[in-house]
Amino acid sequence: MQNLTLDPASTATRSAVAVRGLRKSFGKQVVLDGIDLDVPEGTVFALLGPNGSGKTTTVRILSTLLAADGGTAWVAGHDPATEPGLVRAAIGVTGQFSAVDELLTGQENLILMADLNHLGRAEGRRRAAELLQRFELTGAAGKMAATYSGGMRRRLDLAMTLVGDPRIIFLDEPTTGLDPRSRRTMWEIIRELVARGVTIFLTTQYLDEADELADRIGVLHHGQMVADAAPAELKRQIPGGRIDLHFSDAAALDSAARLLGEGSADQAGLVLQVPYDGRARSLKDLLDRLDTLAIPEPAVSVHTPDLDDVFFALTGHAPTGQPGTGYAPAGQPSTGHPSTGQDDPR
Amino acid sequence: MTTLSLAARDSATMLRRDVRHSLRYPMMTVSGITVPVVLLLLFVGVFGHALSAGLGTPLAGVSYVNFLAPGILVMTAGFAAEATAVNVCTDMHTGIIPRFRTMAISRGSVLTGQVTGSLIRTMISGVLVVAVALLLGFRPSAGPVAWIAAAGMFALLTLALTWLTVSFGLMAKTPAGANSLALIPAFLPFLSSAFIPAGSMSGGVRWFAEHEPFTPITDTLRGLLTGTPIGGNAALAIAWCAGITLGGYFWARALYNRGG
Repeated sequence: MQNLTLDPASTATRSAVAVRGLRKSFGKQVVLDGIDLDVPEGTVFALLGPNGSGKTTTVRILSTLLAADGGTAWVAGHDPATEPGLVRAAIGVTGQFSAVDELLTGQENLILMADLNHLGRAEGRRRAAELLQRFELTGAAGKMAATYSGGMRRRLDLAMTLVGDPRIIFLDEPTTGLDPRSRRTMWEIIRELVARGVTIFLTTQYLDEADELADRIGVLHHGQMVADAAPAELKRQIPGGRIDLHFSDAAALDSAARLLGEGSADQAGLVLQVPYDGRARSLKDLLDRLDTLAIPEPAVSVHTPDLDDVFFALTGHAPTGQPGTGYAPAGQPSTGHPSTGQDDPR
Repeated sequence: MTTLSLAARDSATMLRRDVRHSLRYPMMTVSGITVPVVLLLLFVGVFGHALSAGLGTPLAGVSYVNFLAPGILVMTAGFAAEATAVNVCTDMHTGIIPRFRTMAISRGSVLTGQVTGSLIRTMISGVLVVAVALLLGFRPSAGPVAWIAAAGMFALLTLALTWLTVSFGLMAKTPAGANSLALIPAFLPFLSSAFIPAGSMSGGVRWFAEHEPFTPITDTLRGLLTGTPIGGNAALAIAWCAGITLGGYFWARALYNRGG
């Protein structure tokens, strides 16, 4: 990323989104401190970071809602600041806060979008019906959106974004606040979009979500991009997972520690931490070896790396440094064991 | 398609949205009609006799309900505009507005849709209030042409107050704040010739009533409906409405384009 000037003719054809040196401050608070990123057409880019790291500000600038203080941005080959109309014609945005009309029904919301996309009456109705079915909202099509559950609302929100067939879709925290099942459904929908060649720019607080969906992950910290890499590459930079074995007495802990010959023992908490690569086979091997000991069966918990680990590895401290961001590390529904935090060397 | 016809098409879409809203959530519209109807009942039924006796000469033989009804009509536009301010403010804080801003649609269509919707609602409110006034003994002397002119005056007043209160709705941080701001134009008719002739007031209040916009507007409506002299009031009323409309329009547009 040496070139600070963008040549739209060369970059725009390959990049759906390209950003160089983007800056934004609100008063004295610097929100974006010169970020660079490239999203090739047809790929998924995940902007990972805690609340207050500048994710939403980035999306707002790229989607023409906010003017940047400095730097350049190209979205679908156009500058959001000078050619907002052309950018808007190419993008779809599903924000963090539901962008549905609560007083309209699901179907009316979709037809509203069809009308605003100038699809014509028959085509608009056809498209609305198709999207209602695809997003499993047909049964609720005639109900006011105000009565929808969180997951339904988010699906309707995304369906509304898709009415105009955008080439680039911005998803600002698409699964925040959703239950595990709705979250999975959302992931499936996003994968389907990618299969159709749509470029996705998503923001998330969840490492597993970025890992599941993205071709490239940018990690945002205090308005700076502290990492920009493929998920595998990023995970190499952070510690792997581990298994915590909780014993009922110190003798059992000692004999297990001797047998395994690895990991770190916490005598006071009666916990043995063993490195874990995430494979089922390794877990089975570990349990088989423990079976050979004549000790009471330990309780097992699996710790997968999360945003805390990423930030610790990349910046040397936890991501909670932002004032008043209300960042909560818990609540990752897909991992078996919530991050305890107590053993993180902070 | 030309820019203008696109703008018209998007505005029509936004108007349909606004009409759906008022059908689904009619409370604001209903409460907008309630106040003028209650005032009508109060001033005709409770204060009417004492007022017309006390005023005597200034009313010049006109029955008090005939004097009052045009003033109440002016208040109807004021209270309907109050509802507009609250509706706009509520709407602006929902997530759908940022979505509209990221779409390739005519920028002004959101506001145009809301203003047109308010205009329709207020005209209906006006018809209902006139109907109640007729039941209470209002006997207008207007012919068809005067009725059309009165409807035009009422529409012009509504347009002016709507654009003004759309700005209030855009400016206020909360619907309650928008409501408070919009109460100013809603209550200003009290200090005009709507309830008693400005000439029968005293001192500073009289000076204010004689120079504020609602007095020439009320006197014009009253003249058209009941045949009292209008004189220069019509021109003054139209000038006030045009001025407020333009001011409100540019203010609202600036606020909408600034936000977001």
